[in-house]
Amino acid sequence: MSKQTEKRLLRREVVKQLLAGRGDLLVVGGLGAPAWDISAAGDHALNFPLWGAMGGAAMIGLGLALAQPKKKVLVITGDGEMLMGVGALATIAVQRPPKLSIVVLDNERYGETGMQETHTAHGVDLAGMARAAGIARSYGVRTAAEVLRLKKRIHAGAGTVFAQIKIDAERLPLVLPPRDGALLKNRFRAALLGPQAAHQ
Amino acid sequence: MKQTAESAWPDALHALLRAAGVRQVAIVPDAGHARLIGLCEKDESMRVVRLTTEEEGVAQLAGAWLGGEKGVLLMQSSGVGNCINMLTLPIACQFPLLMLVTMRGDHGEFNPAQIPMGNATQAVLEAMGVIVKRADTADALIEMASGALRLAFNTYRPVALLIGQRALGAKDFRKLTQSVSL
Repeated sequence: MSKQTEKRLLRREVVKQLLAGRGDLLVVGGLGAPAWDISAAGDHALNFPLWGAMGGAAMIGLGLALAQPKKKVLVITGDGEMLMGVGALATIAVQRPPKLSIVVLDNERYGETGMQETHTAHGVDLAGMARAAGIARSYGVRTAAEVLRLKKRIHAGAGTVFAQIKIDAERLPLVLPPRDGALLKNRFRAALLGPQAAHQ
Repeated sequence: MKQTAESAWPDALHALLRAAGVRQVAIVPDAGHARLIGLCEKDESMRVVRLTTEEEGVAQLAGAWLGGEKGVLLMQSSGVGNCINMLTLPIACQFPLLMLVTMRGDHGEFNPAQIPMGNATQAVLEAMGVIVKRADTADALIEMASGALRLAFNTYRPVALLIGQRALGAKDFRKLTQSVSL
């Protein structure tokens, strides 16, 4: 059982570091705090933050990665969101997208609903589940040095990567992205595909 | 096999999807879709993605469209129930989504457990704001599928085509009890 005695990583610092020098990295943010975190690092046309669709973040990443196999795709989501769609780890492992990374910011809590514990607070090992599904590059991350190594792997676009980053269960001010889904979709497509995307 | 309307529709449906530029085929297998799935798997322009639950496909195809690709979601009507909350995504963001749903709990059903979801399929999809069309004969199916496909991709919304058991034939459980299983 993990008691928070050790000093945990801070989510906004981790996300800021993962996205620094992002280039044309395509980013999907799971609903709740991960969507606020990617927005705090800087709102970006190639961010697709979710306001709902709980359990779907990793699969949005898969569809995007299959459509754009030459681009690096990074899904940043939470432990509660990943647990709700945990079967996606098996689906993604079988597909083996070449440049898809899934990062779970694990505060062991359902943050938006009042910080109730998730299963990861009771020993459920998401990185172990991802590895068992067949994602060989699955990592548990607890230190700044490990975050740096993970960043290098993500930005190198070397295979399907999964990481479960243990973070502090801090409460932070929300940093909201635009909430019009059609706007988020259209600006993402225009930035990725060019103006002709509006005529597909 | 003699090419009757019943046996030819998966081939015509595959040709339709291919001509429309469908690249990602998200599936939870269903007997009614078996031949179509096989054709898509042999098609090098298509990527068949097997899902653990149908809602994964709703999310996947939103990602596909973000990346500039068209997809289709193939499932049985029981899988529609698994999709309901995830349909938030295509509705709130105006993603095109084509769902081809083979019906159970429909015309001539044998299994009582198929009835609740089968009977509710159209109502729950419509309650979510999905446009629902229905094909009850193999003859009508391709024209209906063509219309549903254009509706989804031209107007950026989720559209479901329900393929009725009158078109598919109901699964004959009693006959299966007499066949040799492998």
